[in-house]
Amino acid sequence: MIEIENVHKSFGALEVLKGINLTVDKGEVVSVIGGSGSGKSTLLTCINGLEPIDSGRILVDGTEVHAKTTDLNLLRRKIGIVFQQFNAFPHLTVLENVTLAPRKVKGMSRRDAEEIAVQQLSHVGLADKLKVYPNRLSGGQQQRMAIARALAMSPDYMLFDEVTSALDPQLVGEVLDTLKMLADDGMTMICVTHEMSFARDVSNRVAFFHKGVMAEIGPPEQIFGDAQHEETRNFLSSVR
Amino acid sequence: MFETSLSFNDILFLIRGAGVTLSITILAVVGGTLLGLLFGVLRSHVSPWLTLPLVFVLDIFRSVPLLIQLILANAFQAIAGLQLSPFVTSCVVLALYTSAYCTEIVRGAIDAVPVVTRRAARSLGLSWGQDMTQIVFPMALRVALPSWIGLTLGVMKDSALVLWLGIIELLRASQILVTRLQEPMFILLITGAIYFALSFPIARLGGRLEKRWQEND
Ligand SMILES: Nc1ncnc2c1ncn2[C@@H]1O[C@H](COP(=O)(O)OP(=O)(O)O)[C@@H](O)[C@H]1O
Ligand SMILES: [Mg+2]
Repeated sequence: MIEIENVHKSFGALEVLKGINLTVDKGEVVSVIGGSGSGKSTLLTCINGLEPIDSGRILVDGTEVHAKTTDLNLLRRKIGIVFQQFNAFPHLTVLENVTLAPRKVKGMSRRDAEEIAVQQLSHVGLADKLKVYPNRLSGGQQQRMAIARALAMSPDYMLFDEVTSALDPQLVGEVLDTLKMLADDGMTMICVTHEMSFARDVSNRVAFFHKGVMAEIGPPEQIFGDAQHEETRNFLSSVR
Repeated sequence: MFETSLSFNDILFLIRGAGVTLSITILAVVGGTLLGLLFGVLRSHVSPWLTLPLVFVLDIFRSVPLLIQLILANAFQAIAGLQLSPFVTSCVVLALYTSAYCTEIVRGAIDAVPVVTRRAARSLGLSWGQDMTQIVFPMALRVALPSWIGLTLGVMKDSALVLWLGIIELLRASQILVTRLQEPMFILLITGAIYFALSFPIARLGGRLEKRWQEND
């Protein structure tokens, strides 16, 4: 379970998160939508402790992420994250990209790590790209590799930050299909997305962010059919 | 028919000089690179305010002519009673001089690694050190290598200045022969060829590595 309690976060004078409260249960898929600059990416990077917070707290399975005593490297093993920008390790093959963390972080043998990596890469349709370097992959393949790389650590939670935003339109589908598959497998996910049909079809709940505030959260039917807030309706009519 | 009074022993004399040039260069580049790595990592990870004194000192090494640094350092060590040989003094000065340039090469190369790549590494659970050794250094090496090769070749040529401290390295050895044999063209030609022979493998190594990496990146 991820519990976000009254989290505030500023970059200098700019308050980016203004008291966010959100609880995500095991097996739940929560989509986060909202205009650019509303704090969606920042929230994700706070959840795995890449960014510090100013006040409030975030608990992952009861462990407080920003507590001084928390071993972040240990905690991050169970939180996978995939970013909007491509972030393959360019000097490593696809297979090495995926085996790196299991070997270095979990101390797995090369063989065990490769077995898991091949399995994850096959799962996202990259079984034929093992020995290839990332620069030979399309954007969609790079994002699927990043997903496999995160999954190879067997995380309990997956955070996705607009993973299709940098893709050519014809490549968006293959990545969304991968996310759907993951959701069907019961993965707990927070997906920041601009793909409204994905948010509607796949998530249990949809959260709408506006200027650092979670203005509205509810089941997709509510957000897309009967939004309570004017801002939500304005945003949805602007993206349709 | 071409005639020369250059003897086999004279050639050996030149080669010994080349050996001195090569040892000074290797020691200076190894020492300077290690220091440059340390300083470069500091420069890219510690706030600019804290590294200001370091930057200031390194700027001195970069802006004062090497010859002046060598002579001052040699005089200073004598006054301070350190009893360093000219060879050791030369190596230390050249290593610091190299480190000043290497620091900026390292810093630039580390800063060229995209933030999101490092975040991806850390979010997989890699520690700061693992991120550095597994991701940052390999990626930065590709960026830094051409400048580092250039620096190394430059240091090899600049190392000739240590002749002012009385060290008989390659250039000084050739001057001695020129004075004695009065065959400047021929001897300088040979000397130039030896410098080239020393530099060529380093330049080639760089080219080969770059080509191999280019196939991936
Ligand atoms: N590292 C940072 N330093 C300063 N400002 C930042 C940083 N990261 C994000 N911001 C600012 O915080 C605000 C929220 O950013 P972000 O969380 O990326 O929004 P979103 O993902 O919803 O588009 C933006 O105004 C952005 O410019
Ligand atoms: Mg964003």
